[in-house]
Amino acid sequence: MPWRLLRFALSKKHPEPRMFAQPDKLKTSYDAVIIGGGGHGLAAAYYLARDHGMTNIAVLEKGYIGGGNTGRNTTIIRSNYLTPEGVKFYDASLDLWKDLSQDFDLNLFYSTRGHYTLAHTDAAMRTMRWRAEVNKHYGIDSEVVGPEEIRRASPQIDLSCGGHSPILGALYHAPGAVARHDAVAWGYGRGASMRGVEIHQQTQVMGIDVQGGKVCGVHTDKGYISTPKVLCAVAGSTPRITDMVGLRTPIYIHPLQAMVSEPMKPWLDPILVSGSLHIYVSQSARGELVMGASLDPYELHSTRSTLDFVEGLSAHMLDMFPFLSHVKVVRQWAGMADMTPDFAPIMGKTPVEGFYLDAGWGTWGFKATPISGKTMAYTLANDRNHELIEGFSLSRFARYALTGEKGAASVGH
Amino acid sequence: MKILTCPINGTRPISEFIYGGEYRAMPDPQVVSDEAWADYVFNRNGAPGIKLEWWCHASSTTWFIVERDTARDRVVRSFLFDEIRYQGGAK
Ligand SMILES: Cc1cc2nc3c(=O)[nH]c(=O)nc-3n(C[C@H](O)[C@H](O)[C@H](O)COP(=O)(O)OP(=O)(O)OC[C@H]3O[C@@H](n4cnc5c(N)ncnc54)[C@H](O)[C@@H]3O)c2cc1C
Repeated sequence: MPWRLLRFALSKKHPEPRMFAQPDKLKTSYDAVIIGGGGHGLAAAYYLARDHGMTNIAVLEKGYIGGGNTGRNTTIIRSNYLTPEGVKFYDASLDLWKDLSQDFDLNLFYSTRGHYTLAHTDAAMRTMRWRAEVNKHYGIDSEVVGPEEIRRASPQIDLSCGGHSPILGALYHAPGAVARHDAVAWGYGRGASMRGVEIHQQTQVMGIDVQGGKVCGVHTDKGYISTPKVLCAVAGSTPRITDMVGLRTPIYIHPLQAMVSEPMKPWLDPILVSGSLHIYVSQSARGELVMGASLDPYELHSTRSTLDFVEGLSAHMLDMFPFLSHVKVVRQWAGMADMTPDFAPIMGKTPVEGFYLDAGWGTWGFKATPISGKTMAYTLANDRNHELIEGFSLSRFARYALTGEKGAASVGH
Repeated sequence: MKILTCPINGTRPISEFIYGGEYRAMPDPQVVSDEAWADYVFNRNGAPGIKLEWWCHASSTTWFIVERDTARDRVVRSFLFDEIRYQGGAK
């Protein structure tokens, strides 16, 4: 045990400052209330305080910060999406990610690995070419590569995938990265707290007070707060909150599971994704393989994990990397993904005045944490949708104007 | 949920079934407004609860209705759609 730790245990005083202050009581009113202490809610609080001078804000978190999907995801960060709206938005996020560690003075273990989306069929190759062209048009580092380049990046791969789904090529995205997810929540939380934002953990929102089409306050299990503005950033719990203000949305909840292997010496440098085999995998700084698959097949509001998932994902991993047959899986878990029909998020103002939505992040929202925080802060402070999120408004469904991102977001992360 | 009961084929492993989404009564497309139609096409009852859902027993292509608690993953009962049809549609 490091000496410093022992000293903390013996002394009554803790010289190390906490990551963020723990306010003891809720005030009776705030300028804004943010529901959900995940990366998105905390990032919005951070930018509201830092860029818009709004500090009389409470972030309400029913559990602990980062305990939702923020702390459960496989941390893949990229911007090679399919629609112009998506590409511009996620690329602005990538720009913020690059100096976030500096910004926070906290090591986020941001690690640029290169991201390969493998194509096993002609149809998939066609989508890759389409994405590469859209990406290049917006100045994003993205190109289609052949099997030889894939082998060079990952020499252990069986390019025939056991003979039944040979890899024809891939979309290669050099800036693809991974980062340490909890640190992102802590970094934003600490930055917000330092600027005066209150973070209340173990505080659940039970109802929202709407009068004359306007938000007036929030009921929590610790009492009532009056506020003119509420940001809902609760990922898998979104429909429960939108029901409180009587908003209908297309969001549906399915679990998404992930697992890690025992740690190994570093052998996998890039991030590999296969839509056909339903795999995404990278090797963490600790040497574990971090692996995910597609969404669970039916609606469920629970974070239980299943053996079916481990069996299916392991079988597909072995198609790609037969040499892993003796490697053990050490942990598995799940998060509740807030899915949308077009695989694009739902962000911005809503028909309820003062109620702002940051949701529909499904299986792809970790990479968006910085930019959604920034654009939602702008939207809340100015009561006007930020231009980067105009394609993501809730009203697009009533207008039949969907933002079709499925080709790039479904398994792609 | 590891098993499910098909009203025709009995209790089978869940891997034999395909989920078909919540059962919702369809408005008449000839008379409904664009807005109400969009509401039917896109919007969902996303919060947890006891819901009626379409499921299909894949190997026999039997479609049927399951009443399930989507918070706790407990099936209340499963039955053929006829039961709803002869009631003039469920809400
Ligand atoms: C297994 C898995 C893998 C994923 N992989 C990737 C990936 O590789 N790349 C990527 O970009 N994205 C990925 N995602 C998606 C990503 O994790 C999420 O989209 C993102 O983290 C959402 O962040 P958030 O802050 O909006 O939500 P969350 O982190 O879920 O935070 C919401 C918070 O709201 C709280 N809350 C809920 N209800 C209430 C209430 N009534 N009152 C108070 N608080 C409440 C919850 O406790 C929770 O902490 C993955 C998701 C999962 C589950």
